[in-house]
Amino acid sequence: MGVRDRLQNVFRDVFDDDTIVLTGAMTADDIADWDSLTHISLVVAAEKEFKTRFILKEVKTLKNVGEFIAMIREKTGSDE
Amino acid sequence: MSDRHPLDYPFDPQELLRKKKSLKRALIPAHGGGTFLDKKIAILGGSTTSEVKDLLELFLLRAGIRPAFYESEYNKYHEDVLFSAPELMEFKPDLVYVHTSSVNIGAWPTLNSGETEVDRLFEGCLASFKTFWDRIETTLRCPVIQNNFEEPWDRPLGNLDAWDHRGRSHYVARLNAAFAAEARKRPTLYLQDLHYLASEHGLRSWHDRNLWYLYKSALAYEAIPDLAYNLSRIIAAVFGLSRKCLVLDLDNTLWGGVIGDEGLQGLQLGPETPEGEIFSAIQAYAKTLKERGIILAICSKNEDNTAREGFSHPDTVLSLDDFTGFKANWLHKPANISALAAEINIGADSMVFLDDNPAERAIVRGQLMTVAVPELGPDASGYLDVLDRARYFETVSLSSDDLQRSAQYAMNAKLEQAGTQFADYDEFLKHLQMRAEIRGFQALYHDRITQLINKSNQFNVTTRRYTLNEVQAAAEAPDQVTLFGRLKDRFGDHGLISVVMGSVHGNDLKVDLWVMSCRVLKRGMEHAMLESLIAAARTKGLARLLGSYVPTPKNTMVKDLFTELGFEKIKRDDDGNAEFVYALKGPGARPRHHISVNPRN
Repeated sequence: MGVRDRLQNVFRDVFDDDTIVLTGAMTADDIADWDSLTHISLVVAAEKEFKTRFILKEVKTLKNVGEFIAMIREKTGSDE
Repeated sequence: MSDRHPLDYPFDPQELLRKKKSLKRALIPAHGGGTFLDKKIAILGGSTTSEVKDLLELFLLRAGIRPAFYESEYNKYHEDVLFSAPELMEFKPDLVYVHTSSVNIGAWPTLNSGETEVDRLFEGCLASFKTFWDRIETTLRCPVIQNNFEEPWDRPLGNLDAWDHRGRSHYVARLNAAFAAEARKRPTLYLQDLHYLASEHGLRSWHDRNLWYLYKSALAYEAIPDLAYNLSRIIAAVFGLSRKCLVLDLDNTLWGGVIGDEGLQGLQLGPETPEGEIFSAIQAYAKTLKERGIILAICSKNEDNTAREGFSHPDTVLSLDDFTGFKANWLHKPANISALAAEINIGADSMVFLDDNPAERAIVRGQLMTVAVPELGPDASGYLDVLDRARYFETVSLSSDDLQRSAQYAMNAKLEQAGTQFADYDEFLKHLQMRAEIRGFQALYHDRITQLINKSNQFNVTTRRYTLNEVQAAAEAPDQVTLFGRLKDRFGDHGLISVVMGSVHGNDLKVDLWVMSCRVLKRGMEHAMLESLIAAARTKGLARLLGSYVPTPKNTMVKDLFTELGFEKIKRDDDGNAEFVYALKGPGARPRHHISVNPRN
């Protein structure tokens, strides 16, 4: 499974919504429950899923799902 | 294993954090909706508490408690209480949880601080918490669970930090000792030992500075399930839902090896071998549980006499009379455990089953869903870690009754033998020379009264629960009649075993609550309690006693209590709710018993 699909599963679990389909342009405005608190849940769950740690600066500057995916690819050296 | 519930200890913290929403969705209908104990819980946090609240909710639902929450805004815990925030006052919590941690120790000693200056700082910090607790006691009047402090993030003084008066670790230790002293003094203040929890989890993964700087979370997300689970066990204990009985397997659980194959000499037990030491430690732990009032029972696939022989091993810590029930046979374990529950007179939901065999664990889990069956790893040296951290038997106080309980069960067994020597039961009761003390609530007994009210499920006509504060309030209210009963006989002291509470409505005394420990069934104690209740009602010039029975899955034992005591049934609805009346001025059956009540000496 590629980074996007795995991250999509993280989103589906965290928001308890199996209909979520990630797109690169997606932002917090596109998912009703995506607030600052669920954002931490997402980041923490993604850290575990991809067995990596994000640094503070990275987490703060993410603008959309595309950047999230790009950051994970960069950290994990995955090009899937 | 697939049949384990993901919220049962030991759980996977990552899974719970990630799937908390779907877990909650599955929990609500699973309990049937009607059988939850509803409780209002105020979380007052010195840091962000929303994730703590979400996880706590899951664990409480799993324990049968359906919480409604009030959450203070980040770090407004002090203001909410001191200035009586209207939302908090209106919420009327059943329990307050104060989630503070080392980040809330605002002012630390500095390197320039002299000893008296540190003392002053310490007194100031303690005083602000004392004012805070005082205020909760007078305005909210409910139990408080308070965190003590975990070790600080860093120690600029290194090891000196632990013993220099300016050291942060040293300062935390001082505050924690003072919190403990306060908790001993204040009957409704309970500590959640954050210091131990964080140490046990490991400070390095407990703290997460990023989460603090970004979101003001005092601990790492992956530590939150540990915190919330532990908290849910204290809350269960406060509301009387802790478990009461540990059912143990024998071979490779209480000793190493199979006694039927290897014989007594072949067993691993005692200091001679490392494996033997492991099982000695398990036995010693079970013995300590038994000494603090947890009932022990055996459920093993063995010949009965072979199984019993194991306890004649020279290094055995447990002996046969430590067990209230003993099932060693070849029947299915679920059948044996159900039989044990019936014999001991407790519900299956009060039991924990410990067995090294994964297949036995799965069968018991599958058939007796309410028995707690911890998953044990392959290594016996890890059994105690699971049993200890699962906190099934959490208690908020150790009453002398708890410490005596096992003696009482043993005494009852002796009594049963004695009973068989008498031709008629009255003769037997006379022979017991029972003496009771029955009086209005006294402050000395408020803790035990609260405990009995919240633990009793079977001999309990209304299953109403009261907090310590409510018990205290009832004792003082002029329109309430309260009675506690203690019972002794020639074999020993049963302690405080019955409570009745009633409220005056016009010329009637309505019995709001009537509980009795099953340890003293069939002694006539309920007749003695009624006699005292009648006397108390007559003193108040009342005309009638009103009784009611509210059925639950556990209290059918007292369905006919009131009619047996001479009350007249006046109402019964389709759900089994019934009401009864007893005329105080009419001829009404006089209570008959063989108990000497409040004798002079």
